Amino acid sequence: MTDPMASGSLVTSTQTEEPTAPGTIAPPGAGVLAVQRADKPRGLLGDAWHDLRRNPLFWISSAFILLFLVMAAWPALFTSADPDYGLLQRSRVGPSSDAWFGYDVQGRDVFARVIYGAQASIVVAVLSTVGTTLLGGLMGVIAGYRGRWFDAVLSRVADVFFGLPFLLGGIVILFTFNPPGSNRGKWAIIMIVVASLLILSWPLSMRIMRSSVLATKEADYIVAARAMGASSTRIVFKHLIPNCLAPLLVYSTILIGSFIGAEATLTFLGVGLRSPVVSWGVMISESQNYIRVSPYLLLFPAAFLVVAVLSFVMLGEAVREALDPKLR
Amino acid sequence: MSEKILEIKELVKHYAVTRGIVFKKTIGHVQAVDGVTLDLREGETLGVVGESGCGKSTLSRVVMNLELPTAGTVLYRGEDIFKMRGGDMRRLRRQIQLVMQDPYTSLNPRMTVGDLIGEPFEIHTEVAPKGSRRQKVQELLELVGLNPEHINRYPHQFSGGQRQRIGIARALALRPEIIVCDEPVSALDVSIQAQVMNLLEKLQSELGLAYIFIAHDLSVVRHLSDRVAVMYLGKIVEIGTEDQIYERPTHPYTQALLSAVPVPDPTVRSTKAIIRLTGDVPSPANPPSGCRFRTRCWKAQDICAKEVPALVERRGTDHPSACHFAEEREIVVTHEAGVA
Amino acid sequence: MSNIMVTDPRFSSAGRPSGRLLEVDDLRVEFRTRDGVAKVINGVTYHVDAGETLAVLGESGSGKSVTAQTIMGILDTPPGFLTGGQIRFHGEDMLEMSAEQRRKIRGTGIAMVFQDALSALNPVFTVGFQIGEQFRIRQGMSRKEAKRRSIELLDQVRIPNARQRVTEYPHQFSGGMRQRVMIAMSLALDPEVLIADEPTTALDVTVQAQIMDLLAELRRERNMGMILITHDLGVVADVSDRIAVMYAGRIVEEANVHELYARPAHPYTLGLLDSIPRIDEKGQELRTIKGLPPSLLRIPSGCPFHPRCPMAQPVCVEKVPPLRRLGPTRGSACHFAEELLQAEELVKP
Repeated sequence: MTDPMASGSLVTSTQTEEPTAPGTIAPPGAGVLAVQRADKPRGLLGDAWHDLRRNPLFWISSAFILLFLVMAAWPALFTSADPDYGLLQRSRVGPSSDAWFGYDVQGRDVFARVIYGAQASIVVAVLSTVGTTLLGGLMGVIAGYRGRWFDAVLSRVADVFFGLPFLLGGIVILFTFNPPGSNRGKWAIIMIVVASLLILSWPLSMRIMRSSVLATKEADYIVAARAMGASSTRIVFKHLIPNCLAPLLVYSTILIGSFIGAEATLTFLGVGLRSPVVSWGVMISESQNYIRVSPYLLLFPAAFLVVAVLSFVMLGEAVREALDPKLR
Repeated sequence: MSEKILEIKELVKHYAVTRGIVFKKTIGHVQAVDGVTLDLREGETLGVVGESGCGKSTLSRVVMNLELPTAGTVLYRGEDIFKMRGGDMRRLRRQIQLVMQDPYTSLNPRMTVGDLIGEPFEIHTEVAPKGSRRQKVQELLELVGLNPEHINRYPHQFSGGQRQRIGIARALALRPEIIVCDEPVSALDVSIQAQVMNLLEKLQSELGLAYIFIAHDLSVVRHLSDRVAVMYLGKIVEIGTEDQIYERPTHPYTQALLSAVPVPDPTVRSTKAIIRLTGDVPSPANPPSGCRFRTRCWKAQDICAKEVPALVERRGTDHPSACHFAEEREIVVTHEAGVA
Repeated sequence: MSNIMVTDPRFSSAGRPSGRLLEVDDLRVEFRTRDGVAKVINGVTYHVDAGETLAVLGESGSGKSVTAQTIMGILDTPPGFLTGGQIRFHGEDMLEMSAEQRRKIRGTGIAMVFQDALSALNPVFTVGFQIGEQFRIRQGMSRKEAKRRSIELLDQVRIPNARQRVTEYPHQFSGGMRQRVMIAMSLALDPEVLIADEPTTALDVTVQAQIMDLLAELRRERNMGMILITHDLGVVADVSDRIAVMYAGRIVEEANVHELYARPAHPYTLGLLDSIPRIDEKGQELRTIKGLPPSLLRIPSGCPFHPRCPMAQPVCVEKVPPLRRLGPTRGSACHFAEELLQAEELVKP
């Protein structure tokens, strides 16, 4: 009642109304209708998009992300060199006009490797995020909506996984299934890394979705749907999930960024991706013995990594800002 | 005398109070509704008044079969609604609908108005064939005084009063017999309340609806109701026609309630009876023995602690009251509208 | 009041010193949002003296609470900006004072009671601590003395068993009791003016009656001036002496309580009175005010009420009606106030 905007900041009475003759009172219930300035209806996502568009953070981060995605999908657009082809004569030759980022220990073009590396880094991050969100989201919905012992059991299971320390767990899993020296194909290695990230990260997604569901479950419009006779399926998919997605969405955006870093960490420790896969993590790992003498071997992949992570985090921030006020 | 369409018999709803996270132990019960018996007739408005904690909202949930009762039953045209399954339950849902208090949370913010009002048709597909739904929705929008062209708008583009109209339109979609209104105007501005109240009245006379009108605002309830039930701590303490309750209240709580309502007329200040209750409302988890109102009642005697007063017509009164010492008393001086 | 930023140096003046206790003079406040500038208060003038209750009546969006927040200096700046007017306490303009001086007035001169006691009270401190804080910090009392005074105050607001309850936490009190605690806190430093912002809106009607009785009694005992902000026409009729009706950030009518209810001089007031259901009437037909309250981002031209007014004429669209004196205690911001009064004479002499 004290909010001056409460009675419709988007709703105005039409200002050119014909005044009625003095002495008469308007007929009851003749509610004058609101006309919004732009007559196009906008859902909450529409409103969020509108806010997002005005946020420079959004455009900057999206530009970088788009760049990285294109890099990941069509690396040949950026470089004609072969990332795996190495000439030992060129070992650790510094940056020059031929090779902008120089050559690595095995004489491979660093620039090409950074470009091609985007693919693995981003694919791992995106796949892991999608998997974590789907798995965690599903668990969260079940736990939150069904409640009682479903919730108790699923939450305890999640707690167990929560208890696993990320790095240690990652090392153990990857060491078991992807030990150094084993000869696995490129995609097998990637999928194993994705799987391990997923196993260690789904509990947090589950928690986020679950608390979202618990909060929304008691909403009046859900009660209204039940009163109408809506089935549980309908309630979950049409009413519950669309309104619970926002926090998970924001978290997922930031998650991609952190998974890029996580993959690099595990790779650096020797258990993540490895040759023949090229990723930024692999490159950083390979550069560790030469940091003093050829710092550029670390610098370039690290720079790309940092920018990629930052972009996703910034995007997550922008999305959160755009979605947040609408949820209130 | 019109037909009884809803009979609530000795309805009880207790919520268990538990302790512990994994292994829950019940340490008590919140007696939200404790033995309520009410009838609703075709086309009438039954008002249910009471303050917070009296159980009226819980009552509405149980009557709508959103929660199962601990004991007692509700009969719709003679059939026990809690024993209904499948097809019967679906048919019941079409006959009893709900309008809720908060216009800002009772509509799914991600659905358009058309989807919201049309949802009943999607759930109960037998009511309207697919092609005719849009038109029906537009008719409903007109019926509640909204512009049918706004069918694609979202709730947040409407004001509180308009959203409440959308909620009413949604409740009307299936042409129910009974609408349970749970504080439908409490969250609205004063000048908008009248619009929605007039709308509810108009719809009742045009469509022959019966209302269970739950509210805490006694003036609003008087205006709309034919009969009124007064609730306190899960029980009905007095029930009668609108005249009987407002002009000849017999239960001390009703009298105190009426006395507390401020009248928008300064000349009434000196003539109004002033009854002020002391103390707090007891906890519904631990209600007083016997008559629950006795801890705050100026008439309380020993018998009030020992014997629960039944809701029956008492000597010297013309309507049921749950008080051992029920006595008529004029609290509000009623006059006809338009006469000073 | 250190968070009020006076942004427009061109105040409209009316500054002659008067004997009034608290006076708001041509106050103007706007809210700058990303959707535009909302003119929340557009030239509001009212006063309250010792020993009387002024009711500021309005619906949501009328600006009644923002005015009170501005007086107390708790307006959120940004997005709120004070763009004109004076607030005079004992004749001195508070907006011209230093932040330190304004702070001194808060609590000892002017105090405020809010609507929602649960959020106004700190849940992690006992009630006694919170009331006592005022004594300890503002008057340098010892803990023991502050506690004694707190118990006294709880007694004065009729909380039974005060000695015991002073050690309890806010959540251990019922809604009505919490409101009493808040009233006790506001009275701690013996203010001369009490602003009550919707003090009973969230309470049950029987509790509301108790609290309003209490406020009236305390006001009488201490001879305070009280500003009661509310939308409830019943409560206003019960306890107030004078009334200022607000709409779209302006005062549209001023009158003493008997005048207002018997013969309102503004179509909005008349519309409100006709639209509320009365508990003591049978067969009432509710007349409604058509339309909706305006958005403060786009206040209608001329008289802000004209889109909803059954009496509106072309002049109402063009000219903003000033608040004109109709009598020693009456004022109305309607071009046709006299005609309205005359028409009422005919209907109910």
